Amino acid sequence: MLIKGVALLAGCYILGQLLGETLGKLLHVDANVGGVGFAMILLIFSQNWLEKQGKFNAEMESGIMFWSKMYIPVIVEMSAVQNVRVALSSGAIALLAGIIPVVICISLLPLVSKLAKNNPQ
Amino acid sequence: MEYITTLLSKNGLIFAFLITGIIIFIADFLSKKLTNNKIPGSAIAIFLGLVIAYFGGIVTGGNKGIADIKEFSGFEVMGGAMFRDFTIVSTAMGVSFSVVKKTGLAGIVSLFIGVVLTFLCGSIIAVSLGYTDAKSITTIGAGACTFVVGPVTGAAVGASSDVIAISIATGLVKSILVTIGTPLIARSIGLNNPSTAMIYGGLMGTTSGVAAGLAATDPKLVPYGAMTATFYTGLGCLLCPSVLYVLINLFFA
Repeated sequence: MLIKGVALLAGCYILGQLLGETLGKLLHVDANVGGVGFAMILLIFSQNWLEKQGKFNAEMESGIMFWSKMYIPVIVEMSAVQNVRVALSSGAIALLAGIIPVVICISLLPLVSKLAKNNPQ
Repeated sequence: MEYITTLLSKNGLIFAFLITGIIIFIADFLSKKLTNNKIPGSAIAIFLGLVIAYFGGIVTGGNKGIADIKEFSGFEVMGGAMFRDFTIVSTAMGVSFSVVKKTGLAGIVSLFIGVVLTFLCGSIIAVSLGYTDAKSITTIGAGACTFVVGPVTGAAVGASSDVIAISIATGLVKSILVTIGTPLIARSIGLNNPSTAMIYGGLMGTTSGVAAGLAATDPKLVPYGAMTATFYTGLGCLLCPSVLYVLINLFFA
């Protein structure tokens, strides 16, 4: 059933966010530490496990696929609720401190990914 | 007319589905007719989203883009953190676990490089524009990481509210820049495979920027970039008000 796929996704999401919040609390940080990442890893593992058990069927998959395809529309909406007005009108400091570090990090990307390739784990 | 406004805001989420569909339809049309599919429709749609957010902000003077206009209040639900994270997680289906394992260490290293380097750059810019107290410098450096790290750090070290506002704006500029810039520079920096996307997510960090930028570049890369980027804000909130604040304090006590 479709809802089983959605429920699996929801379960991984809640558990992952819970792990992220708990980790944040343990580290005394006022933020969710990697909740989405944990949820993704849980989903990958549980999907693999269910496939091995022969319990992961096409209809379940389409329950997850729907949300995965809704991703870009959600991102479009997210752009539409950003505080673009403030970002564009906040003066030199926000513009410079927002732009320059990004440019420097981007220029580092080819180097870091080359290092990663040269040191296979 | 009043009852139409009420109807639309009562059914906000559904109305958001409709409008988003129309935006994407227009974006695909523009992509095909004006750019011969060279600029992907999703990149144009995300850009249109930013444009209407700017419009909403100008019209209402609010902070939530188009969602400040009552009829469009449902946008806040569909574009909020819950749906964003839920759909990002769903993209993990079909992710290659061997890539994640292989690039895992490089991803972690890139996270540390990303947070520390961005913080230091932001701090240096703050200093060169005349800030001399450690609290403000740290908060602006943290804002250069993401728009969550800035205010969290600012609150932790006790920065003034106008500095916290600047740190949020800094993070917003970054997120918008990464959104628009990623598809434009992807090819020239070799951002076309899952491993590089993971490292990119770690270096950039802004989950919304990385996710939107990669979506416009190649949707297949989204889960890999998002997976590392999601740890960035947490790491930033951990390092900025602690180790990095102590470091800044050594020079600007």
